[in-house]
Amino acid sequence: MSIPFYDGGVAAGLLSGVLFGYALEAAGFGSPRKLTAQFSLRDFSVFKVMFTAVLVAAIGMYILRTMGLMAGNAVFIPTLFFWAILAGGLLIGAGFALGGYCPGTSVVGVASGRIDAVVFGVGMVLGTSAFAWVYEPLIGFYMAGQGPAAQTLPQLFGLPEWVVLLVLVILAAVGFRLGTMMERARGGPLTAAEVCAPDDEADDMTMTAATRQA
Amino acid sequence: MREAPKPFWSPLSAGIVLGLALLLTFVITGHGLGASGFVTRLAAQANDWVAPTATTENAYFGPFMKAGNPLMSWITWEVVGVLIGAFLGAKGAGRIAVKVERGPSTSGGSRLMYALIGGVLVGFGARLARGCTSGVGLSGGATLAVAGFVFLIGFFAAGFAVSFLMRRVWQ
Repeated sequence: MSIPFYDGGVAAGLLSGVLFGYALEAAGFGSPRKLTAQFSLRDFSVFKVMFTAVLVAAIGMYILRTMGLMAGNAVFIPTLFFWAILAGGLLIGAGFALGGYCPGTSVVGVASGRIDAVVFGVGMVLGTSAFAWVYEPLIGFYMAGQGPAAQTLPQLFGLPEWVVLLVLVILAAVGFRLGTMMERARGGPLTAAEVCAPDDEADDMTMTAATRQA
Repeated sequence: MREAPKPFWSPLSAGIVLGLALLLTFVITGHGLGASGFVTRLAAQANDWVAPTATTENAYFGPFMKAGNPLMSWITWEVVGVLIGAFLGAKGAGRIAVKVERGPSTSGGSRLMYALIGGVLVGFGARLARGCTSGVGLSGGATLAVAGFVFLIGFFAAGFAVSFLMRRVWQ
């Protein structure tokens, strides 16, 4: 058996998408208040869910390769273009803090009935179009700081993959503990009842929370 | 009285299920999950409706248009799947809320303006980064790509900085 199957068909897309959407929604990522509460340190769900998912998939692929079921260069690994990827990350972080979503979570927002997510989507189409129209003068910056093709952390640091995975697991565990402490100190994390309430009720709940703290 | 929505999953459970979905996607397709790739194709299509000649000649959108219908792609079906999966989950758990979700001190109009500006920044940024939080951060991170971690450092740094400067938007 050789993995991956390189199946890019309709059914494969729908299956991946349904699981992706279901998990993001269950995590609470259709709510821009829950998502952005990461950055006020009241809700560490974004950090916790992302870090856990990255490690589960990374360890899963490590096991598949170790068992000889998957070749080392079998999956797509993005190549670093330092300046454009750093700038893109900064812009997405800024836009997420301001607009409440990233591209994937905005789709979950739309599916959960959030009107602001639809407007965010219109903004993304405008921003993407703006990029396309200034792409030519930007090409120099877009290509600057190119790293080795498909470079990974084990290659960068010259360490075995299991050591890198172990360090990341330890970092995640520390992050989970610190995150939970900070959440508790700030009255978080946000619950489904809080973020799904109609606007007037949401205001009432915030008032109640404020009174409780005072 | 509305029925109370079911609680969200714990971040650990949601993270494990998301990680398994990501692993399955790598096994089936050879690449990870994404989202902004669909937005790029949607933008190419939208520009084609407004200005077909200029869009086909555009250095960035041109290749998408010349390859046929830009929306006919794996990523379109994946995003349709996300809509279906998220809707079924939200519906089943009583978590559909049709509203403009906003911070207590932000008006509905301002919230929509921030959503639009945020969307523009994210759309532009995702093209620079050659992907978004899903494609480069999550999927790139899972392959332990250096690119994925550079992206995540930028994402969290700017998120904290802008959130601190604009904290009235959400609190």
